[in-house]
Amino acid sequence: MTNPKGRFGIHGGQYIPETLMNALIELEEAYERYKADPEFIRELETLFNEYAGRPSRLYFAEKMTRDLGGAKIYLKREDLNHTGAHKVNNVLGQALLAKKMGKTRLIAETGAGQHGVATATAAALMGMECVVFMGEEDTKRQALNVYRMRLLGAEVIPVTTGTATLKDAVSETFREWTKRISDTHYCLGSVMGPHPFPTIVRDFQAVISKEIKAQLMEKEGRLPDAVIACVGGGSNAIGSFYHFIPDKSVRLIGCEAAGRGIDTFETAATISTGRPGIFHGMKSYFCQDEYGQIAPVYSISAGLDYPGIGPEHAWLHDTHRAQYVPITDEEAVCAFEYLARTEGIIPAIESAHAVAYAQKIAPEMEKEKIIVITLSGRGDKDCAAIARYRGEDLHE
Amino acid sequence: MNRIASAFQNGKAFIAFITCGDPDIETTKACVREMAAAGADLIELGVPFSDPTAEGPVIQEANLRALTGGVTTDRIFDMVRELREDVSVPLVFMTYANVVFSYGPQRFLAACQDAGIDGLILPDLPFEEKGEFLDVCRANGVALISLIAPTSANRVAMIARQAEGFLYLVSSLGVTGTRSRIDTDLSAIIRVIRENATVPFAIGFGISTPQQAKTMAAQADGVIVGSAIVKLVARFGKEAPKRVGAFVREMKDAVSEKK
Repeated sequence: MTNPKGRFGIHGGQYIPETLMNALIELEEAYERYKADPEFIRELETLFNEYAGRPSRLYFAEKMTRDLGGAKIYLKREDLNHTGAHKVNNVLGQALLAKKMGKTRLIAETGAGQHGVATATAAALMGMECVVFMGEEDTKRQALNVYRMRLLGAEVIPVTTGTATLKDAVSETFREWTKRISDTHYCLGSVMGPHPFPTIVRDFQAVISKEIKAQLMEKEGRLPDAVIACVGGGSNAIGSFYHFIPDKSVRLIGCEAAGRGIDTFETAATISTGRPGIFHGMKSYFCQDEYGQIAPVYSISAGLDYPGIGPEHAWLHDTHRAQYVPITDEEAVCAFEYLARTEGIIPAIESAHAVAYAQKIAPEMEKEKIIVITLSGRGDKDCAAIARYRGEDLHE
Repeated sequence: MNRIASAFQNGKAFIAFITCGDPDIETTKACVREMAAAGADLIELGVPFSDPTAEGPVIQEANLRALTGGVTTDRIFDMVRELREDVSVPLVFMTYANVVFSYGPQRFLAACQDAGIDGLILPDLPFEEKGEFLDVCRANGVALISLIAPTSANRVAMIARQAEGFLYLVSSLGVTGTRSRIDTDLSAIIRVIRENATVPFAIGFGISTPQQAKTMAAQADGVIVGSAIVKLVARFGKEAPKRVGAFVREMKDAVSEKK
């Protein structure tokens, strides 16, 4: 699916200043070498299993299945990983790769703080320096995660430029990388940015679909009928889809953050409201105005609050292999509460977008059909924000 | 001879950058006229982009001021057409790939030719990706300017060989913005450029004082100054044009060693 220049159909590529080109080429060469190196593979597998707690559970949500009265529902429990989300899969892979490349310093962007916490964690584990760029708005909204990163030894730099949110944190991390390259690896948090990042991050996250396939084969002896995951940049979704892409009978469904609705300006649903563009190193779909100015986006979920989508998703959309649907704040919050009451699992508000779509389609499917929902992260971080959304004056 | 080549015929070239529409189109027009009269050999017109990832804070803020003021790509084309009635200095657009891609490359470049734009610099378009813009630039008589960085190493010869218009050599690591010192050793890169390029090259990023400009000009065919000019616009707003003109005169004198 990836040609040598990192294209997914027309999407992908390397739209990045010349200053960074040799760093990307060096990264690509190192990755090609280590991904086939048995020792690297063994070390990463040990980190996954012993440190992150893999494989994550594939849990049959019996009560939810009974309640919705249609397809059988399984939950892929990425929320049970160390640091509480799928982000750790990618971060352990990239940190190990960076270390092999002789880098001593990791830099990263973060929105809600999940990727920043995961990067700070890996840096602590591997004895590397860590600097995390986070929009100033987000540092205020997610003060606990800022503390967590600092506790883990990372430096957190509030980004005040632009809209002071995730996209600006990404821009600022790229700027930092152009200033200091020789000892520094940019540990990008999603399947986005210039080649080779979308491929590297996807490969490290593909462990999710690899496990789902094996676990479901063991439990049910067959493939699922649908796999549902939330999509911001799209790393947990591509990880959940990847090994099912050749299995045409499996519907792949990505849930975008519609915010207050795709007919409003307060949305982050890139496939529903964006059009092709070039930004942050890649060609893909972006929310933008008629002159190509990147649009400010909004979602209750800081992790999905990004104006673009990874290039492989753009290609899966163009080829109709995957379907992308918008889920509003209200639908996601209802799903967040629903899963808590029905299964005793508090999902991340990001993952609740996927739960919401399963609630819509499961009742319409026959009882022998199977849906897998990826719970990309745990929802503890979101409780205060959801309480406030419901009108309770709760602060951390 | 095309207009860009002529910019390098008047001794070492002084290339001035300004962000269009900061704080408004009228001020930009006045600045361009003052800079041309003060001896700028080529003027780079920054077409604002919401998220300029290669820029430091000074030009980022200028982009924001311009966009907040309501400038658009179409209004900038109108401005260039008007300037071209009396300004003959070479004009080059500097913007980001999405501004061109979103407008439609053919439509954007045809408008460039019609308005009298001589070249295009896209800092987020490296050598490997230039193909999709190059043919349409050529078809419309606009030079697609290539950049070389201190990290380009084994890529310098390849980029230099295919360079059109002029080559933009980035002085140091990092984004645009004034620097108190530039201590990158560029001599090896410059040797490879000289061996391979058929066009002149200018050094930019971080140059803000006459002394820096003079030092850089001694190694190159020209120097490029952006943030130092944009700072004057930020400070003096609508009153900036005269001061920008005076600054450009001082810098041009420094590079051409008249003082």
